[in-house]
Amino acid sequence: MATIELQAIAHRYDSGHGSAIGDAVIPFAVNALDQCWPDGGAYALLGPSGCGKTTLLNIISGLLHPTAGSVLFDGVDVTARSPEQRNIAQVFQFPVVYETLTVADNLAFPLRNRGLPTADIDSRVASVLTMLGLQKQANLKARDLTVDEKQKISLGRGLVRTDVKAILFDEPLTVIDPHLKWQLRTELKKIHQQFQHTMIYVTHDQTEALTFADRVIVMHEGSIVQVGTPQELFEKPQHTFVGRFIGSPGMNVIPCIVEGATAIVGEHRISLQASLGSDFDNSGLQNTELGIRPEYVRLCQEQGLPAVITAIEDVGKHVVVRVNVAGHELKVIQREGEPIPRNPRVWFEPGKMNLYQNAHLVEAAQ
Amino acid sequence: MKTVNNKAWLMVLPVLLLVGLSAIIPLMTVVNYSVQDSFGNNEFFWVGTEWFQEILHSERFLNALQRTLLFSALILAIEIPLGIGIALAMPKRGIGVSICLVLMALPLLIPWNVVGTIWQVFGRIDIGLLGHGLESLGLDYNYTQNTFDAWATIIIMDVWHWTSLVVLLCYSGLVAIPEVYYQAARIDGASRWAVFRYIQLPKIKRVLLIAVLLRFMDSFMIYTEPFVVTGGGPGNATTFLSIDLVQMAIGQFDLGPAAAMSLIYFLIILLLCWVFYTLMTVSDQAVSATKGRTN
Amino acid sequence: MLELQNISRKVGDEVYVDDVSLCLQRGELNILLGPTLAGKTSLMRIMAGLDKPDSGSLRFDGRDVLGLPVQKRNVAMVYQQFINYPTLTVFDNIASPLTVNRISKSEIASRVAKVSDLLKLGDFLQRRPDTLSGGQQQRVALARALIKGADLVILDEPLANLDYKLREELRAELPGLFAEMGAVLVYATTEPTEALVLGGNTACMFEGKVEQFGPTLELYRQPAGLQTARIFSDPPLNTLRLHYRQGELRIPESEQLIKLRAELNDGQDYTLGVRPHHLCLVRHSPEDIELRGEVTVTEIGGSESFVHFEFQNRAWVALIHGIVKFASSEVVSFFVQPRHSLLFDQSDSLISNSTAMIMAP
Repeated sequence: MATIELQAIAHRYDSGHGSAIGDAVIPFAVNALDQCWPDGGAYALLGPSGCGKTTLLNIISGLLHPTAGSVLFDGVDVTARSPEQRNIAQVFQFPVVYETLTVADNLAFPLRNRGLPTADIDSRVASVLTMLGLQKQANLKARDLTVDEKQKISLGRGLVRTDVKAILFDEPLTVIDPHLKWQLRTELKKIHQQFQHTMIYVTHDQTEALTFADRVIVMHEGSIVQVGTPQELFEKPQHTFVGRFIGSPGMNVIPCIVEGATAIVGEHRISLQASLGSDFDNSGLQNTELGIRPEYVRLCQEQGLPAVITAIEDVGKHVVVRVNVAGHELKVIQREGEPIPRNPRVWFEPGKMNLYQNAHLVEAAQ
Repeated sequence: MKTVNNKAWLMVLPVLLLVGLSAIIPLMTVVNYSVQDSFGNNEFFWVGTEWFQEILHSERFLNALQRTLLFSALILAIEIPLGIGIALAMPKRGIGVSICLVLMALPLLIPWNVVGTIWQVFGRIDIGLLGHGLESLGLDYNYTQNTFDAWATIIIMDVWHWTSLVVLLCYSGLVAIPEVYYQAARIDGASRWAVFRYIQLPKIKRVLLIAVLLRFMDSFMIYTEPFVVTGGGPGNATTFLSIDLVQMAIGQFDLGPAAAMSLIYFLIILLLCWVFYTLMTVSDQAVSATKGRTN
Repeated sequence: MLELQNISRKVGDEVYVDDVSLCLQRGELNILLGPTLAGKTSLMRIMAGLDKPDSGSLRFDGRDVLGLPVQKRNVAMVYQQFINYPTLTVFDNIASPLTVNRISKSEIASRVAKVSDLLKLGDFLQRRPDTLSGGQQQRVALARALIKGADLVILDEPLANLDYKLREELRAELPGLFAEMGAVLVYATTEPTEALVLGGNTACMFEGKVEQFGPTLELYRQPAGLQTARIFSDPPLNTLRLHYRQGELRIPESEQLIKLRAELNDGQDYTLGVRPHHLCLVRHSPEDIELRGEVTVTEIGGSESFVHFEFQNRAWVALIHGIVKFASSEVVSFFVQPRHSLLFDQSDSLISNSTAMIMAP
């Protein structure tokens, strides 16, 4: 296991062959990243497709050589090393198995390649088979298995190596049925708790990222916009992108004007918990927005801003109510069975509002 | 798509008729000849399996069969590994791909008899580049006199002509392998051989089967090239089954034995193709039962 | 209106579709919900006329269409993969179903403009599909299905290959689009959440059979059987075998029991089903059933936590609002309100008034 450190990592893809297009035109897939991920943690790289998360993962695994910067494992620069020299394991989006080999031979494959003694290989393989619940399938050809079992083998080939520095996952549950996703994710979580491997998990699915990781790294257009615990990402998104991307439905973001400890939306005044102080630039030119989670908006009759209901979506465990407030659309989450008032007002839970300027969070002056 | 539409049968009817006229009727004629004898005047006598017994016991046939089997075995043993090797060495992207593909396709475009003529001239000691070159190097090369030289010439010619077919088939299989397989193998620390053995070979197995079958059938039935180059000689050294058959049927006009021999020839090809097919697909049987269904 | 009666299809020994009867109305969205290999795609192929069933009848607007090939049925299909003509522009892609029908250029232009507006593709009409994002490519495929004015529109997991957030966006837009079409719409998905967001009617499928068909929310709230409840639950439904004797439902090898107001068949086994979000950490009323389990893993997902625990040797999961953390193997009490518990009999059918029957212990 190892602490993984990224120093000023940047990468851009070649436009193909030749350099007909000038360097300046090709955008960076990943841009100037500095990160340090301590040993034994579970990390998730979360973001929409094209945000650079897979690029970053391949840079860590050594499948891709970054244009600039260096990768350090336990303080040792491994930028120039190949994946096998870095001693990492990686699970891909589509299960990769050696189809002509049996399940047990698949698991033994990385060990045999490294020339371990047969007795060691057998005991390691047996314990991983038990860990993954694949004992019964041990002597089946890998290609005869179902997709989720194949994906377990991909994972198993990483687990079987005792000295592996980190296990990397690239959207490993994409092709798995919803019911089995739960099962596999829970198993993964258990394995992490038990063995404390450093695990890095790439996904565009917030539930997967938030439930898997202790720390989630949210990426947007090649840059990291926030690193935090699931709770931090939910309560204090550093960027409106994070607010919108995490949570379903995502955070409501509405333009406002701030005067001291009051936010003004349309003609309505909302008092904030803390004054933003004199350093808050409110010249009106700066794009100021108020962010509030649908979970923290209440529909009530007495207090709050007048609203018009535009749509009600019952999704079983809760109801999403779309309302129009001063010309802006807001989403409200109502618990199952909670009544929906006819002419409601919306009330924002104090302390749950965030202010953004040019999409970045404004920390309240305490 | 399994649309039930009877119109489809009408569409294939012309082909069926054509196949009927061009394949089944001649085949039945051959069967007819193989069980009869004739002394001219269009008079035929029923001889039963006599021709078949005669052919199967004739030394001439067995020698020709041995030669043909040896030839096919050598062709497969050279062309298949060589073809895979070249396919593995070919670039996967960039401008090199099209250059390689064109180069590979070139020999395939040349007709058989032209290939034969080219090599016949190429190998001649008096004017041929190869023959004369070897001669002036002091090597005793003469494909019309020396059995080994004759065989070597024909085999090299066939390898030159047909290896690219194996290459193209294997290459098509190789480029279809997703990049992640190679990435996973690198991470697992697999050697170059392990990558070939456990990723590339299983993935190209199906196209390789086609390559093996095509090359086997083609080499087993080879006629034009040895006919043009060596004419079956020196002596009977390169008289393969097909050449022998033509000599018997046309040269000696022994229609009965020739018909029996061509049927035996045909059955041997069928049998060997079946053997190859079963050997190469035996491990796939179990899979087809569980796979083949997506939803 | 599309009517399916006793449709079955077998391939070899495998049953793809097993005696399905459905009646699908125009202008309504019909969802086929079920896990992979449940027979959704097979059934859709039969509806479209790509496959012929072994038995049963298929009627469209009262007309028997069983023998009619797909070309004559006016069907549009959208697949999981984004299928577009790679060499044509987005405009030509969308217009492609019209160009075969000798429609004037101006008419085509106006119809493409209308559809592309609806799907927010107006800015990309002159681009090639491969220069677009996945979401945009799938919108192009949807636009092609929309412009055709087909009688039957089949969507086979159209959002499965899209990013989570894009999926959310399109899910919200689709019901509005479908309402405009006036066609029979069939939509296959493996995800219960997707079915609930889209609304309409849902047919729950499992192993080739339609377990239940009806308005989506109704199916979710009142599943007729255990299988429907299972299919319609994400995270998975928690279940437990119970034994009934003398007015009490007993949890096997345990002191715990559930008292009932009404009689059940003495000496028989029943199954209790509890949806993960109906498990709470606090008692709401004295009637609540208490379940004590040993926590295995806690997963935190934004505003909610998934607490996995072992209960009577079964893996259960509770969806708790807010962030909670338990140590592994901690013993925790969960509460479920009687009105939220589902009770199934031996043949796995829901006991209709079960929620009213359960009493506090």
